[in-house]
Amino acid sequence: MKELTLGTLIAVFEEIFGRGLFWFMVIAAIVVTLAYIYVLVRDRTVSWHKFLWAQLSMPFGAVAAVLFVQAMTNSGFADIGGPVDVIVLLGVAAAGAIGAAILVYTLGSLIKPPKNRET
Amino acid sequence: MTKQTQFSPSRRGFLGLAAGAGVFAAAGAGRKAQAQVATSAHIVILGAGAAGAALANRLSARLDGAKITIVDGSKQHWYQPGFSLIGAGLAKADYSVSQTTDWLPSDVDYKNEYAASIDPEARKVALVNGETLSYDYLIVATGIELNYEGIEGMSKDLIGTNGIGSIYAGPDYAAKTWQAADKFTDEGGVGLFTRPNTALKCAGAPIKHTFLIDDVARRKGNASKMDITYFGHNKALFGVPIVSEKIRMIFGDRGITPEYEHYVSAIDPGAKKATFTTPDGDYDRDFDYIHIVPPQRAPKVIRESGLSWQTKQLDQGWVEVNKYSLRHERYDNVFAVGDVAGVPKGKTAASVKWQVPVVEEHLIAAIEGKTSDASYNGYTSCPMITRIGRAMLIEFDYNNNLTPSFPGIIAPLEELWISWLMKEVALKATYNAMLRGKA
Repeated sequence: MKELTLGTLIAVFEEIFGRGLFWFMVIAAIVVTLAYIYVLVRDRTVSWHKFLWAQLSMPFGAVAAVLFVQAMTNSGFADIGGPVDVIVLLGVAAAGAIGAAILVYTLGSLIKPPKNRET
Repeated sequence: MTKQTQFSPSRRGFLGLAAGAGVFAAAGAGRKAQAQVATSAHIVILGAGAAGAALANRLSARLDGAKITIVDGSKQHWYQPGFSLIGAGLAKADYSVSQTTDWLPSDVDYKNEYAASIDPEARKVALVNGETLSYDYLIVATGIELNYEGIEGMSKDLIGTNGIGSIYAGPDYAAKTWQAADKFTDEGGVGLFTRPNTALKCAGAPIKHTFLIDDVARRKGNASKMDITYFGHNKALFGVPIVSEKIRMIFGDRGITPEYEHYVSAIDPGAKKATFTTPDGDYDRDFDYIHIVPPQRAPKVIRESGLSWQTKQLDQGWVEVNKYSLRHERYDNVFAVGDVAGVPKGKTAASVKWQVPVVEEHLIAAIEGKTSDASYNGYTSCPMITRIGRAMLIEFDYNNNLTPSFPGIIAPLEELWISWLMKEVALKATYNAMLRGKA
């Protein structure tokens, strides 16, 4: 791994998605993350109602992420061939679930801010 | 130009990510900026394929004031690792096609012309258009010549007709191969999958095509109508013994018959008959589908240049280089990289990825009047597709040792989805990054 650097990885990801789409996704991920932090700081509390919705979105995010990867790669569940494949599958699902939860929570908070905010 | 599987440190990086191994964190931050070396040397690179383009980019970044000329008559650049996918209907021909100029740095002088002759004593290269280039350093990266005519009765025009396929000839021919193979997997019959009696690029590709076409037939519900045979040219199915045994076992599982010490010497397209040469003499086999992999050799301009090995593989003409430094054994200022290099292993894009930095280091050391201990260990990688959706990530070196990038995580001899994902998602991206000199 003598040449594995951040620059190399960025170069590879730019080639996978195209430079424009890659940086768009990086910026989108940063924006959503910052928006999430923003609503947490703004509201000074976690809205358990919104958190419930976020949790309910997680299975959908997980399934969507797995199906997206399979559709992009001519492969399916039957191709799971060993433990590492199960780990990859779970990793993809977890990423999809967490992404969906953060997105749903953040959007919910931005669209419907809490009514009785302390000032 | 090179075929198949390119991988190397950068792929390892990708593997790390895919495996969730936390490699990213371990990777450190960014490549160290290297000071440019000032020189007025004229470097001529023959060939703008994977090896030539990658070296042009890397040398252009490392050298200040050098004149770099790159010579290639082909306007198109072909991503050859994609041919296996095109030949199995998993990608269209344009998946592998880009323009040669897409990958070259702006400050190199690109000659869209082929070399006609090389005079290593006078340090000159003559081009087909009559122009002559004098060089201080020569990098031979011309790739390989596919000698379809080396099989009696065979020509590229036959690909896609009469049940004849050959993914090697180019993206369009790989697509025509799929037309023939698609028909074969609909109708069933006798399928013969061959390889030549010469060195070849990506020795795994003929086997991958066998597995993929078998799998396509299975998915169409036609497995019972198939009679598939794979023909090895010697007593093994693959050059690395442990891999050869594993492939033999998977062949057994799939009902693919292995034959040994067979290669095609003639073909009769009309009668759908192929003549095989064996130690016991020649004999004919009928086929409904045959995959031809042509005999391969160095291009004519190399074979006539005096740069080839004079003691071995005389009919193939690979460049006589030291297998560790890739420097010519008789001409200090000449290097060979990629398929045309006369080294025991490594006619793949993965090998190119590992060879290019070695040549770069030796060349720059020579310019600086120093020496380098950079060494190529024969690393080659082959994502051996065993069916659509699974592959074995096989990596090995000159000594036939397996050199897995992530031992204990991604097993080299297991058919895995993760290895397929890397072939489908990360391979071309890593290849492209390599061409730009960034991986």
